[in-house]
Amino acid sequence: MASYDVIFIGGGPAGYVGAIRAAQLGMSVAVIERELLGGTCVIWGCIPAKALLESSALANKIRKAAEFGITVADPKFDYGVAMKRSRAVATQNSKGVEFLFKKNKITWIKGTGRISSKNSVAVKSADGKDEKHDAKKAVIISTGSRVKGLPQIGLELNKTTVISSDEALILEKAPKTMAIVGAGAVGCEFADVFNAFGTQVTLIDVMPGILPLEDSDCSAELAKSFKKRKIEVVTGAKISNVKVGKSSVSMSIDAGGKSQPLEVEVVLVAAGRAPNIEEIGLKEAGVQVNDRGFIKINEKMETTAKGIYAIGDVAGPPMLAHKGQREGVVLAELLAGDPHVQLVNYGNIPNATYCHPEVASVGLTEQQCKDKKLEYKVGKFPFSASGRARTSGETEGFVKIIRDAKYGEILGAHIIGSHATEILHELVVARANEFTVDEVDLAIHAHPTLSEAIAQAALDSLGRALDI
Amino acid sequence: MATKVVMEALSPTMEEGRLVKWLKNEGDAIKSGDVLAEVETDKAIMELVARGDGILRKQLAKEGDASPVGTLLAVIAPAEENIDQIIAQVGGGSTAAPTAATPATAQQSQGEASTPAQEPAQEPAQEPAQEPAQEPAQGAVAAPPAPPPPAPARAAAPPPAAAPPPPPPSVGANGRQRSSPLARRLATDRGIELSLVRGSGPGGRIVKRDIESAMAAAASKPRPAAATAAPVKRVISREGDYQDIPLTQIRKTIARRLAESLGPIPTFYLTAEFDMVRAAEMRTALKEIGEEFKVSFNDIVVKAVANALADHPEVNAHWMVDHIRYFNRVHVGMAVAIEEGLITPVIFDADRKTLPEISREAKQLAELARNRRLTPEQYTGSTFSVSNLGMLDIDQFTAIINPPESGILAIGAVTERPVIVDGNVTVRHRMRVTMSCDHRVIDGATGARFLQALRRLIENPLLLVL
Repeated sequence: MASYDVIFIGGGPAGYVGAIRAAQLGMSVAVIERELLGGTCVIWGCIPAKALLESSALANKIRKAAEFGITVADPKFDYGVAMKRSRAVATQNSKGVEFLFKKNKITWIKGTGRISSKNSVAVKSADGKDEKHDAKKAVIISTGSRVKGLPQIGLELNKTTVISSDEALILEKAPKTMAIVGAGAVGCEFADVFNAFGTQVTLIDVMPGILPLEDSDCSAELAKSFKKRKIEVVTGAKISNVKVGKSSVSMSIDAGGKSQPLEVEVVLVAAGRAPNIEEIGLKEAGVQVNDRGFIKINEKMETTAKGIYAIGDVAGPPMLAHKGQREGVVLAELLAGDPHVQLVNYGNIPNATYCHPEVASVGLTEQQCKDKKLEYKVGKFPFSASGRARTSGETEGFVKIIRDAKYGEILGAHIIGSHATEILHELVVARANEFTVDEVDLAIHAHPTLSEAIAQAALDSLGRALDI
Repeated sequence: MATKVVMEALSPTMEEGRLVKWLKNEGDAIKSGDVLAEVETDKAIMELVARGDGILRKQLAKEGDASPVGTLLAVIAPAEENIDQIIAQVGGGSTAAPTAATPATAQQSQGEASTPAQEPAQEPAQEPAQEPAQEPAQGAVAAPPAPPPPAPARAAAPPPAAAPPPPPPSVGANGRQRSSPLARRLATDRGIELSLVRGSGPGGRIVKRDIESAMAAAASKPRPAAATAAPVKRVISREGDYQDIPLTQIRKTIARRLAESLGPIPTFYLTAEFDMVRAAEMRTALKEIGEEFKVSFNDIVVKAVANALADHPEVNAHWMVDHIRYFNRVHVGMAVAIEEGLITPVIFDADRKTLPEISREAKQLAELARNRRLTPEQYTGSTFSVSNLGMLDIDQFTAIINPPESGILAIGAVTERPVIVDGNVTVRHRMRVTMSCDHRVIDGATGARFLQALRRLIENPLLLVL
């Protein structure tokens, strides 16, 4: 039994970043985590997936190497090796979090936590012992979310022929054929990876376009690029007649008024995640969840139970590591009594999908602007007109900026193309500081860079692009 | 942690403010953003807003006190925190060494502030992340309806060195206003004076949500200053193509009141032309009796209106939003043009007063109005109003209802006009009146019957002296 100022249940991005900030602010902090530190992001999500995407990018470059004057004789693409590298990267990152905990004197309690009263947490430790720890200031739920199957259409996860991203990340070799159900960020990223390693991929989504949360121009551009690389994209699709076998899965796909059969070695279910709300004593503590199972919080991340807070995926979408991290930081500052805390600006959280070409965005899509009946102007600049993009032979995609017609406020920014997830942040910073398209133009952009496309798109929204 | 409540510069030119009324009492629980008191500035009566949470432990200023900007008015603190030291600094203690708090107290207040969990739990938002408000409403804005102040923004009163309010002011060390480019554009476009806006962004920077809050505040809480403020003598220079003159309080009140009227009030108009031959004869006859019996056409109309209203309470009524109030007494408001605009003094119980009494009172009230000496009791409480532009040779016009009244009578000039009497064209003294009616209270026929009664009295003025 020990006593802390705050106890985090869950050591993923929201929990570990919140814990570090709380420790910086002088609080005594413990984090309960039964697996490795870093959570889904570090172990089963962002980090290993990006490591694999780096392999796929390299594979695609090697296929084009001859154009650049480099001959690679008989290249081999081995998913198993790429997978092992990605695991090593994930482990390194988890060790990095462990180091940060030591540096900030944060206690990692290895085990499973359960709220026992408003300021204490019971822990069943990894070696089976029961402990109880006091949290004087706050108990913070940061238990995250997990993959879920689609049992309602017969795609229950079985870890062999019907798998989630968890299993995909540790496959020894790429299957010959794969259906990916769900064309959000996860589905698109794995489509990219397995396509690069020679799998015949069918990407399926019930929505009319892939990356349905992104601006439809980006969705269309990505679908075009995928089709060029022989990834079969089926949208507006309904799956039926699922038959799960030992070494294959068959199904019918209804799309565009016709039905087609599909048989694949593996189905990767990339649709949806469920919040981890079970067995942490929420009900007894009086912590309410909404109809989708996410813990209800207010702008100060307070739950319906006094002294108990929730951050990250478990507290609702968008289920993004950086959203949870910011919530953790803001909550730590609120708990420290900082009177000038800037609350989380949920309207300015960037989205990033790391397939090739990358897709990144912040703010409203054009459709959302229409739905809100906003007066807006669109500026667009294609990378095919960018000198820098031509030098690297990556001319797919564009920058699209939607600005308020009257005041120039950047309502939304959408980038698809090489390094989109990196160059987007200029516009995230602009929005966080309420710069308008005029201030973006005022900043001199180095030539030649991909970022110039942003300045040109800003200018285009003002009707005066120079390079197109 | 204790929060000092100080007299804030609520307008750019404000140097001191008078505490009009405490809206919270000692011992009340206060949340940041609560309105603590009303403060009269050089321009208007404004709200003083709490900048911290806790209990209103001590009120140091009394209602009616005038204090320079920066003066400590009250202390908000947790119930158990010792605030003696803060209060002591106000008295002779200001020269004492500024030992802010003993370490023990500092520790205690630190612990207090860093435990928001002890505050009453607020109902969490339904779906916080799904469709969050673009900008979480957070900024406390002390934004009054911004009068375009003549002073430039740079000259905005710097926060007092003595005790600035907790949120950092938006004016940086170099005197520059901190604001985002978007906030500046919005403020310029919407006529918001940045120096009056409290920034809620990083370091007190003024951001979009602050401008939007200021807009909302300006739209929802206009507060006219006490009407006793000395009027500004307006001299319009002949130099240049035009002169920009700041709005006076009365001008603003007129604008607000009239906009309130023509906007929401469904008004219709009834016009009638009365024969004034007998009224003219009566005026002449009365004047011949003696100077003290001299009456104007206006006096006759006011008296006639009063008597007609007494018989027709259905138009002597106020629209009270959820009910209509019909009056048994008749108080006639009489619009009087003055230097700054107009004001409507009231002749109370006009139906019970004689014509000479009304005449005398009307003269007195008009005189007081022109000298700005009317007391509020003298210009509030009318049940119905009349407005006369006859002396300015207006034949006919429509007047704007003074809510919550439901009617006003606009009186034109008495002029000679050719009319047909018994089949022959003759020249007669005539007067046109137009009644504006709030249709929510008065229907067409109701208004018409009132004008019939009025016609009978004005065309047979002996009825007014019976």
